[in-house]
Amino acid sequence: MNPQKAGQQNVDTMPIITIENMHKWYGEFHVLKDVNLTVSKGERIVICGPSGSGKSTLIRCINRLEEHQRGRIVVDGIELTNDLKNIEKIRTEVGMVFQHFNLFPHLTILENLTLGPIWVRKTPKKEAEQIAMYYLEKVRIAEQAKKFPGQLSGGQQQRVAIARSLCMKPNVMLFDEPTSALDPEMVKEVLDVMISLAQEGMTMLVVSHEMGFAKSVAHRVLFMDSGEILEENSPEEFFHHPQHERTKLFLSQILD
Amino acid sequence: MATMELTKPQKVADAIKPPVTSIGIIGWMRVNLFDGWFNSILSLIVLYLLSMTLPSFIKWAFINSSWFTTSDQCKAGSGACWSVITANIRFITFGFYPHQLQWRPLLAMIILVLLLFFSQNRKHWRKSLAYAWLLGLFSMGLLLKGGLGLEVVDSDNWGGLPLTLLLSVFGLTAAYPIGVMLALGRQSRMPIIKSFSVVYIELIRGVPLISMLFMSSVVFPLFLPEGVTLNKILRAQVAIILFTAAYIAEVVRGGLQGMNKGQYEAAESLGLNYFQAMRLIILPQALKIVIPPSMGILISAFKDTSLVVIIALYDLLKTTQTTLSDPKWMGFSAEAYFFVALVYFVCCYAMSNYSRRLEKELDTGH
Repeated sequence: MNPQKAGQQNVDTMPIITIENMHKWYGEFHVLKDVNLTVSKGERIVICGPSGSGKSTLIRCINRLEEHQRGRIVVDGIELTNDLKNIEKIRTEVGMVFQHFNLFPHLTILENLTLGPIWVRKTPKKEAEQIAMYYLEKVRIAEQAKKFPGQLSGGQQQRVAIARSLCMKPNVMLFDEPTSALDPEMVKEVLDVMISLAQEGMTMLVVSHEMGFAKSVAHRVLFMDSGEILEENSPEEFFHHPQHERTKLFLSQILD
Repeated sequence: MATMELTKPQKVADAIKPPVTSIGIIGWMRVNLFDGWFNSILSLIVLYLLSMTLPSFIKWAFINSSWFTTSDQCKAGSGACWSVITANIRFITFGFYPHQLQWRPLLAMIILVLLLFFSQNRKHWRKSLAYAWLLGLFSMGLLLKGGLGLEVVDSDNWGGLPLTLLLSVFGLTAAYPIGVMLALGRQSRMPIIKSFSVVYIELIRGVPLISMLFMSSVVFPLFLPEGVTLNKILRAQVAIILFTAAYIAEVVRGGLQGMNKGQYEAAESLGLNYFQAMRLIILPQALKIVIPPSMGILISAFKDTSLVVIIALYDLLKTTQTTLSDPKWMGFSAEAYFFVALVYFVCCYAMSNYSRRLEKELDTGH
């Protein structure tokens, strides 16, 4: 593997997410078929694949926005079952960034960030605001703290959304196509934030077609098609020597 | 404002003044009255109708009217007889409340209006306001009912404007939270709560308010054990609350359905539980969306409180009608109803004005 890759030394072998023989159906439709995946602490994984392949559904199962019907998902030692307490516990450990940001439009940027710490972590308001300002500085948007989401550009909103997740001090961050709803000129500012997050050793699962990002930060790239993980490899191998026919086809379509 | 408009164009070098036909009264008329041939014709027709009716109305209502006369003098005059109001204002306002004690409901109404006035500003929504309301409610109840040294007045004697305000203000404030809970219940994943909400909403909406008032006054007492009576006003109040809540519930449900699914997901993924997500994220947004239709329901519920006449409660409309059945004042119903309509209009207009202001204040530009 490439030794220059940032933060790579942080990878240890302790699995933080284990998915075993996981299946999911939407009604009759088999969305995820026998998915097996182990993610180590500090590992960064990029998941790509054609639309409808189940990649978003996969990461949404990890924090129980979607329910799986068969198999096991264990996050940070806690198995995901119907137990609401466990689900809420896991959700505080797992941050999620959405394609459409999903900021709370009726709250200011600062309130968006302090909401989780105050209500879920029971952090005192003053302290929560300090945490929030720290992460807003980090995503370089502190001066907008008093504004409402509707007054920010898409790129700024997505950076706020990342900061909102970070305020909960998660162990894992899930990114569901974080740049695909953005205007092209705003993609970089969001990716830069994600790269600096990677450099600090955050465990990240990213559903994305940003191949540059995958090459520079990912330890592994997964290729999914029709509900299955077809191929799994280091970025170099994945992009230069794809094994599977469908992977080759997919890569030729997005890289042309 | 005017100076701003004057100085602004001068900043732009050599600003050209807009043509006379697009500013001032002429411009306003062109845009608002004579915009195209169809609108021009409509405007002319309306102007013609106004010129036919307005002068005679003004003559009737103001020029030839009598304000503080006896009924005989009224009958002699040709204009409106506002004396029917001024001579009977105490009965119209307070109904059969004992004459010498009528300062008490008056004071109670003043307290209520003051509290409402303070509550309209969101900056005042603090704990102290809640205490003020508790204190206000207690003193209003004390003033109306008596006790603690004040002479007791039986609630059968309550009437007029205090009764209308009592039924509507408490009816509406109690109905709203119940309606919100029903709306949430209807969306619940728990089958018992869901079906209870659905049955309740559909049942109530399938029945006219009048029949609910009848049931509350005629049927409901049959189920009470002998000797137990429930206050008639309270029963009407409960009927109004239950009725209005069902309509509020459906409006709020519309707001909940209009919410982006991403908001629920974002709230969940932060680890908020159901109640936190609803209270902090979903309801503030959903209720904001439904301010206009909610206010529509509240306004119509306010007017519907006048239906309590059918269970022999003397609200504002009923006291006015009673005045008109006095042989001395018979025949002046137009003036009397005009007055009642004005009172209702002032209240409803204040409500709709407030809803527009709330909408503006809560707008965060999304």
